[in-house]
Amino acid sequence: MNGFVEALADGAVVAKRNLIKVKRVPDLIVFSTLSPIMFVLLFAYVFGSAIEIPGINYREFLMAGIFAQTVLFGATITGTGLAEDMQKGIIDRFRSLPIARSAVLIGRTTSDLVNNVIVIVVMSVTGLIVGWRIHSSFLEALAGFGLLLLFAYAVSWGMAVVGLAVRSPEVVNNASFIVIFPLTFIANTFVGTTNLPGPLKAFAEWNPISAVTQAARELFGNTSPQFPPPDVWPLKHSVVASVVWSVVILALFVPLAIRQYRKAVAR
Amino acid sequence: MADAILAEGLVKRYGAVVALDGLDLAVPEGTIMGLLGPNGAGKTTAVRVLTTLLEFDGGNASVAGLDVVKGARELRRKIGLSGQYAAVDENLTGFENLDMVGRLYHLGKQPSRDRARELLERFDLVEAADRPVKGYSGGMRRRLDLAAALVAKPVVLFLDEPTTGLDPRSRLGMWDVIEELVAGGTTVLLTTQYLEEADRLADKIAVIDHGRVIAEGTSDQLKAQVGGERLELTVASARDVALTKAALAPLAIADISVDERGNHVIVPVSGGADVLVEAVRLLDGEAIKVLDVGLRRPTLDDVFLTLTGRAAEEDLTDGESGA
Repeated sequence: MNGFVEALADGAVVAKRNLIKVKRVPDLIVFSTLSPIMFVLLFAYVFGSAIEIPGINYREFLMAGIFAQTVLFGATITGTGLAEDMQKGIIDRFRSLPIARSAVLIGRTTSDLVNNVIVIVVMSVTGLIVGWRIHSSFLEALAGFGLLLLFAYAVSWGMAVVGLAVRSPEVVNNASFIVIFPLTFIANTFVGTTNLPGPLKAFAEWNPISAVTQAARELFGNTSPQFPPPDVWPLKHSVVASVVWSVVILALFVPLAIRQYRKAVAR
Repeated sequence: MADAILAEGLVKRYGAVVALDGLDLAVPEGTIMGLLGPNGAGKTTAVRVLTTLLEFDGGNASVAGLDVVKGARELRRKIGLSGQYAAVDENLTGFENLDMVGRLYHLGKQPSRDRARELLERFDLVEAADRPVKGYSGGMRRRLDLAAALVAKPVVLFLDEPTTGLDPRSRLGMWDVIEELVAGGTTVLLTTQYLEEADRLADKIAVIDHGRVIAEGTSDQLKAQVGGERLELTVASARDVALTKAALAPLAIADISVDERGNHVIVPVSGGADVLVEAVRLLDGEAIKVLDVGLRRPTLDDVFLTLTGRAAEEDLTDGESGA
């Protein structure tokens, strides 16, 4: 127990270091928020003029999907950040210090979570400007944001494994783009899944991102009674499914990431 | 005196590549051991193993009395590592870098800050202390990296090529800093490809090649292995070469070698500067015109060349990295 508290305290020191970088290199946060703002505007005005969701304004339907996509891309910073630290020998320095093997990873994922919170705030404001509204209670809305962040946090640990294995920030970037981009599109994020061709439809319905998007939509009150989710378990019980997915991802990748870190040797 | 660093038969393989091939090393407390060898010789691998960063395949090692595998966690409190590439965070200031390391050594908030300021002062970084490291010169980064390795007052310090890539002035500055440090009683393992550096800093030198120690001793002992001093002369005309050889025969302690084309004569001698004076007197007596004459002591370059059959710097372009 004592060791765990120490790991958390050390993690906080590392997180602080990462956040100083965000402060010193504001371009990072500017660009990681500009692209979601662009996405909100593009989808709201370009696709929004062509896509009809019965019983609800497309812009309201859209926001949960964009939130989910954005926090996932936010989680990839964990991978690039660690790969960069590997390259520069900073991981070697950390590994030569008397700290828990999990401390650096806890710090990294935590600072990336904070980063994601900032991004979500910026996006929410953009959403509100283009006509998105929360129709649920304050607590439900909070739960919605919490769920999005929990899922992103879990994915962060997965990205940590990638970042420590690949060792080059550019490669992490490209690799995660190739995986995350389709994952967030073959889902209910931007369109309904009903008309997708067979295999894609099944994939979209069981895609964890669909569950998270559906859950956020419900918790924000952005659903339409005329447009119910497909009759599959993870979308009917989207909140539970999102939590389960997050826990499963964490249970899988936390130990893997720590193992990877222990063996990580720069260059 | 106990050995602060002890390695016996260390073996590390990367697939088919053998990075360490039965490396033995013993560094007595309070001394500096120079680990000398070309790129790819296994120097950095040895440092990584001894600093608990790398798992190895055979042999055993202890540092500060602690086994590097079983006592790894405890050991990390007692060692400092300053690597080949300054592992400092560019976006943090010098102070923030050191403070972070202090916190991670669990020094506590205030002691960690005090220690950071103290080190910044000692390493002449006070003015730059609150600027992001991004704007630091290469020499300043290395000094900061070394300061970071010293935050917890380690009893054993590992310096992995501390001056590689530095300009001559910064290198001299680093040497001063390191010398000062060791005067304080820290045990140091220093890896370098610069013979001059090992010569100046190390009490003892281990020459390492292909993952094993091929020679060990003080700089003087190693030089003695390849022979003592020699007199090197260049005479004005080819006709004088034979005359010179005859004139200097009484001073030679071994065969005199001659390079006819360059009018170059090499005479193995002993006795230092007196021999040089005597030689000049003898040549003057024979009216031989000498263009250049000098007494040369063997350098560690000669040592390396003799031991391995190739020059120390020859391997620098080898593709083998990370070793």
